[in-house]
Amino acid sequence: MTEVVLERLVLVSPYIGQAKWASAALKEQIGLGLSAPGRAISNRRARVIWAGQRSWLVAAEVKLEGLAAVTDQSDAWASLRIEGAGVEDVLARLVPIDLRASTFKGGHTARTMLAHMNVAITRVGAQAFEVMAMRSMAGTLVHDLQAAAAQVTARG
Amino acid sequence: MRLQEPEDTVSFTFDGQSIRGVPGEPVAAALMAAGVKLVARSFKYHRPRGIMSAGSEEQNALVTVGRGAQAEPNVRATVLEVSAGLEVFSQNAWPSLKYDVMAVNDLMAPFLGAGFYYKTFMWPKAFWEKLYEPIIRRAAGLGGLSGQPNADRYEKAFAFCDVLIIGGGPAGLMAALTAGRAGADIILADEDTAMGGRLLREVEDIDGQPAADWVEEALVELRALPNVRLMTRTTVTGAYDQGTYGALERIAGPRHIDKPLECFWRVVAKRAILSAGALERPIAFPDNDRPGVMMASAVRSYVNRWGVAPGKTVAVFGNNDDAHRTAHDLAAAGITVAALIDSRPDIQAEGDFEVLSNATVTATKGRHALEGITVTQDGEAREIPVDCLAISGGWNPTVHLTCHMNGRPTWREDIASFVPTPDSIPGMVTAGACNGAFTTAACLKEGAEAAADVARGLGLKPKVTVPAADERAYKIAPLWAMPGKGRKWIDFQNDVHVKDINLAAQENFRSVEHMKRYTTQGMAPDQGKSSNVVALAVLADATGRGIPETGTTTFRPPFVPVSIAAMGAGSQGKGFAPERLTTSHHASVARGAPMIEAGLWYRPSYFPQQGETYWRQSCDREVGYVRNAVGVCDVSTLGKIDIQGPDAAALLDFVYVNMFSTLKQGRVRYGLMLREDGHVMDDGTTARLGPEHFVMTTTTAAAGQVMRHLEFALQVLRPDLDARIASVTEQWAQFAVAGPRSRALLNAVLDARLTDADWPFMACGDVAVAGVAGRLFRISFSGEHAYELAVPARYGASLFRLLTAQAETLGGGAYGMEALNVLRIEKGFITHAEIHGRVTAFDIGMDRMISRKKDCIGQTAAARSGLMSEEREQLVGLKPVGAVKQLTAGAYLFEPGAAAERINSQGYTTSEAYSPTLKTGLALGFLKRGRARHGEVIRMVDHLREIEAKVEVCDPVFFDPDGGRARG
Amino acid sequence: MRITCPNCGERDRREFYYQGDAVALARPASDAGPQAWDDYLHNRENPAGDTQDLWFHEAGCGAWIVVSRNTVTHAIDSTTLAATVKR
Repeated sequence: MTEVVLERLVLVSPYIGQAKWASAALKEQIGLGLSAPGRAISNRRARVIWAGQRSWLVAAEVKLEGLAAVTDQSDAWASLRIEGAGVEDVLARLVPIDLRASTFKGGHTARTMLAHMNVAITRVGAQAFEVMAMRSMAGTLVHDLQAAAAQVTARG
Repeated sequence: MRLQEPEDTVSFTFDGQSIRGVPGEPVAAALMAAGVKLVARSFKYHRPRGIMSAGSEEQNALVTVGRGAQAEPNVRATVLEVSAGLEVFSQNAWPSLKYDVMAVNDLMAPFLGAGFYYKTFMWPKAFWEKLYEPIIRRAAGLGGLSGQPNADRYEKAFAFCDVLIIGGGPAGLMAALTAGRAGADIILADEDTAMGGRLLREVEDIDGQPAADWVEEALVELRALPNVRLMTRTTVTGAYDQGTYGALERIAGPRHIDKPLECFWRVVAKRAILSAGALERPIAFPDNDRPGVMMASAVRSYVNRWGVAPGKTVAVFGNNDDAHRTAHDLAAAGITVAALIDSRPDIQAEGDFEVLSNATVTATKGRHALEGITVTQDGEAREIPVDCLAISGGWNPTVHLTCHMNGRPTWREDIASFVPTPDSIPGMVTAGACNGAFTTAACLKEGAEAAADVARGLGLKPKVTVPAADERAYKIAPLWAMPGKGRKWIDFQNDVHVKDINLAAQENFRSVEHMKRYTTQGMAPDQGKSSNVVALAVLADATGRGIPETGTTTFRPPFVPVSIAAMGAGSQGKGFAPERLTTSHHASVARGAPMIEAGLWYRPSYFPQQGETYWRQSCDREVGYVRNAVGVCDVSTLGKIDIQGPDAAALLDFVYVNMFSTLKQGRVRYGLMLREDGHVMDDGTTARLGPEHFVMTTTTAAAGQVMRHLEFALQVLRPDLDARIASVTEQWAQFAVAGPRSRALLNAVLDARLTDADWPFMACGDVAVAGVAGRLFRISFSGEHAYELAVPARYGASLFRLLTAQAETLGGGAYGMEALNVLRIEKGFITHAEIHGRVTAFDIGMDRMISRKKDCIGQTAAARSGLMSEEREQLVGLKPVGAVKQLTAGAYLFEPGAAAERINSQGYTTSEAYSPTLKTGLALGFLKRGRARHGEVIRMVDHLREIEAKVEVCDPVFFDPDGGRARG
Repeated sequence: MRITCPNCGERDRREFYYQGDAVALARPASDAGPQAWDDYLHNRENPAGDTQDLWFHEAGCGAWIVVSRNTVTHAIDSTTLAATVKR
């Protein structure tokens, strides 16, 4: 389990009819457009993570005046990367969605729950996920993951 | 007695007696091998009882495992696995299993029949709570709980698959092979410790090899398939909507502090195959409950699978061909078969034992263990000495899961049983014995075909190959209850016998559902798995109806008992709810502040200083900071919602009662939000940061609700509005800096000085603190000259340190929730104690805020005459004027002369505080016609705390009513 | 119970907040009169059969969803984003 530091993170919510133009502008600025629902994309400079109904989290500095509401969220999220052979087993104790590799592939992202918390989960590798939770709940996020991992390990 | 000496045994205890057993075998098998016959006392009559079955349907052998906080009651000894050092205790007996005082109930049996409690404990009424209930509660029940917190771990988990196969017998294994080979993602769950079902318990061949070898081969193949997940010790407990199933897994192996005992799974499956097998049912004959009377198939299980002989001399009694297998298997194992008794005429059976056709068992003897039976054939009775009787009344398909969504099973005359009605559970098909297919060959075939159908439905291309297997026909002639005297037990777990059911019918509880509740048949932990069909057959007979017309009771989840600990796994201690911590949390804790929960947030109550022994001392001091110098308080928990877009102002006009489109940039306005039904939902301030950019604050409690409400307004009611909202609560750490010296404090920390002209009351704008960009709002929840300063959360901890240190140099300091509450009560500012869901803008005196120039949520409904009536309870202030100075929140208000009764209530109090500023207790409350009653003296009565005070009604703004301090 | 969110796919019921009848979509004009408002706020059918209601994917994508379902069979026929419902 390691912390992922997203130095600059903004929420991008395109205005009515502007999603296409916002995406094009983003593409120009960071080399990535808006991802499809449930998908996260990245390049060397930036990441775009679908974040729910008409909204995306963008890890980069962007300017989309008139095209989209842009809100600074750099300090709002705690992000953890969890990795290992048992990672799906651990998440299966906490997350009520289907995270099997056959259905939740690399680059898939979901807004869902982890125990009682609202989270965003992205698959970032065959045995690796990134979990984002509200900053104020970072301690609980670590606690819940550790408790589940301890039990999965103890089962052998 | 063991048929072969096992290689590896461990010791465990039963009621303190050391017993040797094979690790993993059921405790029931080890007890049987040790010659223990008496294992339990029955629920109601405390009758001696022995092991009856070899599975989770066990009615008698319920035991307690472990002691102290870890004791687990009502565990079935037929499922519980032997492990070294296991401590097992019998239940429902005192002082011992053999000499049980409550066995006196058995002698009183003639008085304790069905309905006894209903008829007897009716009067006198007052006796129920004081006398009858405590006595009955003490006498009733099986195992007990320790009353201590359980330190054991439990787990819950989610699983997803294409096909869930429920039951790993011949049908389930064949289904798994067929669908697995075709590539479907499968979970195969079975409640046993090993897959195989009856194949592990019968002597028969599949494809020319012993059935158990075929099972092993199948498992080798299944284990090698990456798309197949085998879950043993896992009972599917319920079928729910949209392909969701509950399943309880018992986790095997040695105990470990972190290792869960059980896992409750929620399995989501596109399709399911129920191959749950069938359960053998007993026959009701006199004293059929003596220890040593067992199900015939269970006898085979102990002999064939566990190598344990249930007795030395065994008789078999049945009404079907399957019972004959027991006689054959016993004889083959070298156990004496005293007789094969078949109720049907002209039975042909070959074997080295006596075969009695057209014969029945009509009596048994032996108090603590079976000693003999009486067999009646052609009117003549004879006694046969036996220590075990294997009985079989036929097989009941395990249809339970198909009934969990309102399905009713269908009666099949040829097998005298209920079978599942097709399509009872969307997405589920049934195969094998649970479908009424009672030969191994038919089970394998149905399993393969069901799986092939399911696989094709998933777009796969399955191949069906079915191995050759046993095809002997199952013939049965129904036999439910014998005539004659004596108690003929049907529901062993709840002590219900034939006469109870007849009595129910006689007293006109003719519906099967009424009979069940009147007699308690089927209401024990086993939920009547073995007894239901027999019971309703007896009821059908008593009421002169057929079995299908009589119908079944409703099978509901769970199929086996599920511990609450498993369902609630993880939700204890820190897992109960997330902890939301502010950026100043650690600094507050370091200052010794007791933290109080506000929703999920933790906030400091007060900051105690040396010499302070009582919270009020700290609170009064902190109130003084704000009134006289400057106080600092973390207000980050308030909801903060960013609103942007061309229609951002229009959205605010729609959700707030007052106008926001007229708000100037760089200014803040107080807003009141209603629900559509006209009642107050929340309040807060909203700042205009730009032409199309606002930031709204909500109360801490309602932040989530307001966010949902705004999305509702935008997505459901006004999708035409081009505005976007985003929660920024987590992004900003925000601190109230309040008091006459607040500006002095800020000027010491901000990069640029604040001026009167630029920063009037209700101004807002960008500022910088040591180069960090922040936002400043000149707003006040204390009535003082005050600000709220926000910085990105990463700087929150530093800013709190900086602000409190500066405040201390100015004669102030940090203040907590208690002081914040006192400050706002002194000013009559409302919180959700006041806007509790039933009050209107009119009630709190804010109806004039509702703008008529626009429509807003709640506007029309708020105008209803009933919500504007002068008779309504209106917000008032209350001050003590009598001898009693203490006011309380939640007390009721009465006219001075009126009795303190509900009917005379004039209103109630919502908040109270001692005001160190005004040196008096204060309360806010709601009083009928309150605004017109300022100056009146009334009574406040708190019935719970037994406090009564004389109070004077006044304006809710107790301090600085013209608001000069906040503006100045 | 599982609900198919038009954005996220099939999800467990725990992720959703239940609002009530989809009649909420048809908000009357402020001058529509007491009867229209009474119907909108309070009067509801209680059908044994097909019904339409509003759910909020609160622990998911934040979409308000119109769910058409059957109160007898518990089958869910369709789900639509409230924001895209023609009205």
